[in-house]
Amino acid sequence: MAETATTQMVTLRIWRGDANGGSFVDYQTPVSHGMVVLDAVHQVQATQAMDLAVRWNCKAGKCGSCSAEINGNPRLMCMTQIAHLPTDQPITIEPIQAFPSIKDLVTDVSWNYEVKKRIKPFQPREPDAADGTWRMEQADVDRVQEFRKCIECFLCQDVCHVLRDHHKHAEFIGPRFLVHVAALEMHPLDTADRLEDLKDRDGVGYCNITKCCTKVCPEHITITDNAIIPLKERVVDEYYDPLMMLWRMIFPKRQPLPMVKP
Amino acid sequence: MAEGKVSLPVVRGAGETSRTDLWWLEPLVVFVVFASFVVYATWAAFQGNHYYLDKQGQNYLSPFYSPEIIGNSPHAWIRGKPDWWPGWLVFSPALLILGGPVGFRMTCYYYRGAYYKAFWADPPNCAVGEPRGSYLGENTWPLLIQNIHRYFLYIALIFIAFLAWDAIQAFIFTNAAGNKRFGIGVGSFVLTLNVILLGGYTLGCHSLRHLVGGGCDELGKSPTQKSVYDCVSCLNEYHMVWAWCSLFWVGFSDIYVRLCSMGIWTDFHFVF
Repeated sequence: MAETATTQMVTLRIWRGDANGGSFVDYQTPVSHGMVVLDAVHQVQATQAMDLAVRWNCKAGKCGSCSAEINGNPRLMCMTQIAHLPTDQPITIEPIQAFPSIKDLVTDVSWNYEVKKRIKPFQPREPDAADGTWRMEQADVDRVQEFRKCIECFLCQDVCHVLRDHHKHAEFIGPRFLVHVAALEMHPLDTADRLEDLKDRDGVGYCNITKCCTKVCPEHITITDNAIIPLKERVVDEYYDPLMMLWRMIFPKRQPLPMVKP
Repeated sequence: MAEGKVSLPVVRGAGETSRTDLWWLEPLVVFVVFASFVVYATWAAFQGNHYYLDKQGQNYLSPFYSPEIIGNSPHAWIRGKPDWWPGWLVFSPALLILGGPVGFRMTCYYYRGAYYKAFWADPPNCAVGEPRGSYLGENTWPLLIQNIHRYFLYIALIFIAFLAWDAIQAFIFTNAAGNKRFGIGVGSFVLTLNVILLGGYTLGCHSLRHLVGGGCDELGKSPTQKSVYDCVSCLNEYHMVWAWCSLFWVGFSDIYVRLCSMGIWTDFHFVF
């Protein structure tokens, strides 16, 4: 039987406004099988609201630009099929809530870039071979490779209640950057020590392990179990575990090797 | 259609959300199940009786009372009641040991996330508004105490050894002449499954995962350590499932031994 394209009308309830405030506006638009939310938003933008601001780029779930809250759930608009949403009621589309609004669905996420600059960069040990190369076990690289899948969509930052509800932006770097620190801190070649920063400046203790960040990650990074909890445990080793402290007194930790000169 | 002015970032009230799914169901289920277990376990711990079964030669001991350091059952290391026990407090062997497993569960990374949501609404669920404006997290006291988890892990590992011994003992029956015989009863399976589930939960602990290799950046250089780390990681992946299954089954194990001891249930068994 030949497949026929069917269309139906859905209502998109889109937040319109800026930093001074705004409101939800309903738009009715036809959708067909296979359309994602971003398609429908673009359709509204093209036919009914040409001044609607929406950030997007790849439409393939890899650039992390079109983050929004769809029916209250932080999602990428380009990866959310309309067929998977209830269409008998309006589909609510809001900008992510943890960052200031610029216009409509676009938010100012520049705070994240400033946070990233503060984190100690990768500091490899001296090369293992005379030709300036290193040797690593594949298993050790595999462990941190997961963290490098991050597309910086900031959905994890958005859903984290420490940022979203408590606005601890000055004291907590959020799951995205805890993943970034984990990628560096657990790297087999890295020699920098970020534990003091993690405890005092980055606020890893603010995470209360709700795993919301893991649930919303479009790259399926196991943020809480593989990045945040291991970092918490390293902080415990260093600052809260008396047996570990005693162990370090008896067997002092090796000093990190000097940084490689560029 | 306008639905009222809002400013971003939104500060939502308690339970306020745009989510249209049943977001309240998960924390409600956690609350009901966990609270039910706490109520039952507290009640059972204070009973001080019907915690072992030896009526028809069985050798079952409720996991709530294991190890029985001081008590009156054949499993007790020291018979009787301690002299130093305060007179105003009812004595039960469980009260001497339950702090270990309770502490392990209460500081468990999985349970922390679950009960912060279900019991403290911090947050009620993901992307749902909270009832309080202030927040300290685990960054300061009192919740800094959660970092003690690895010490409860050490205790829990010792408990697993005792529970494994109890499971083995559950296959040894004593006949009328006082001879020990191998046997299999429903209780033998109940106590064996109990130690398997508790073992899966304990050996998948996040702190154990860290201690066996998670804290090492060059694990690949030590294949044995890497294998141990992989085993713990494998269990850790399903830590939530192990946590709930073991919680349910340890409660059921106590119920089984208790009801058999009270004569309400009968333990079917074969002695060889």
